[in-house]
Amino acid sequence: MKFTLVILGAPYGDSASQSALAFAQAALADGHSIYRLFFYADGVYNATRLAAPPQDEHDLPACWTQLIKQHQLDAVVCIAAALRRGVLDPTEAKRYQKSNDNLAPEFELSGLGQLIEASAVSDRVLTFGP
Amino acid sequence: MKSILCISRHSPYGNALAREALEAVLAAAAFEQNIALLLMDDGVWQLKDQQQPLAGIQKSVARNLSALEMFGIETVYAHQPSAHQRGLSAQAICIDTVQWLTDDQVRQLISQHDHLLSF
Repeated sequence: MKFTLVILGAPYGDSASQSALAFAQAALADGHSIYRLFFYADGVYNATRLAAPPQDEHDLPACWTQLIKQHQLDAVVCIAAALRRGVLDPTEAKRYQKSNDNLAPEFELSGLGQLIEASAVSDRVLTFGP
Repeated sequence: MKSILCISRHSPYGNALAREALEAVLAAAAFEQNIALLLMDDGVWQLKDQQQPLAGIQKSVARNLSALEMFGIETVYAHQPSAHQRGLSAQAICIDTVQWLTDDQVRQLISQHDHLLSF
């Protein structure tokens, strides 16, 4: 089965991101494929590389980047949702004259068209939200 | 082409999900995809007429809803029991393209679509 996952929840804000991660790990372990991870709404906060959770807490953003690297997943962050929340890659930081960028390199900023295209080619689209 | 049903369950101004759901629907329509919108639970509040968002702070969800028709979405589905539970009158709504559905009709609508996007 070819899945696309839509993640609408910020890490630690609600259980959406953790549930999506657990689903992705289980699906891949079971031999399914993930066509795309699409981070939208507050889900874009999963893609900042500046999250620094306490050492005795589960490092959710690190788990995402590790999973994406390990399985070479396509991880797209909605650019409109990200820009208004201050999640920027170097190109956008320069464009909007911001002093820094914070998008982890495993993720890519792109448009809602990536979600639409992914739904056209995936067997299932699963939304993880509040 | 696969059909998508977007289910929007949040009130218009409590958080950004209502607006970002509408943006996803508009994007799909702009890409000429087969997409429908169903408002249920607190999502039916998006239909309330006389919305007065704070100028310059909140964008009007009602205005986005009324833009759907221009993008070829001629019907907005809404869950009638959700409106009834909340005392929302079918006369006090901001668009005239609403089709009210019963529980059974919602079940049918969901089964008629390939994908669900749930906000």
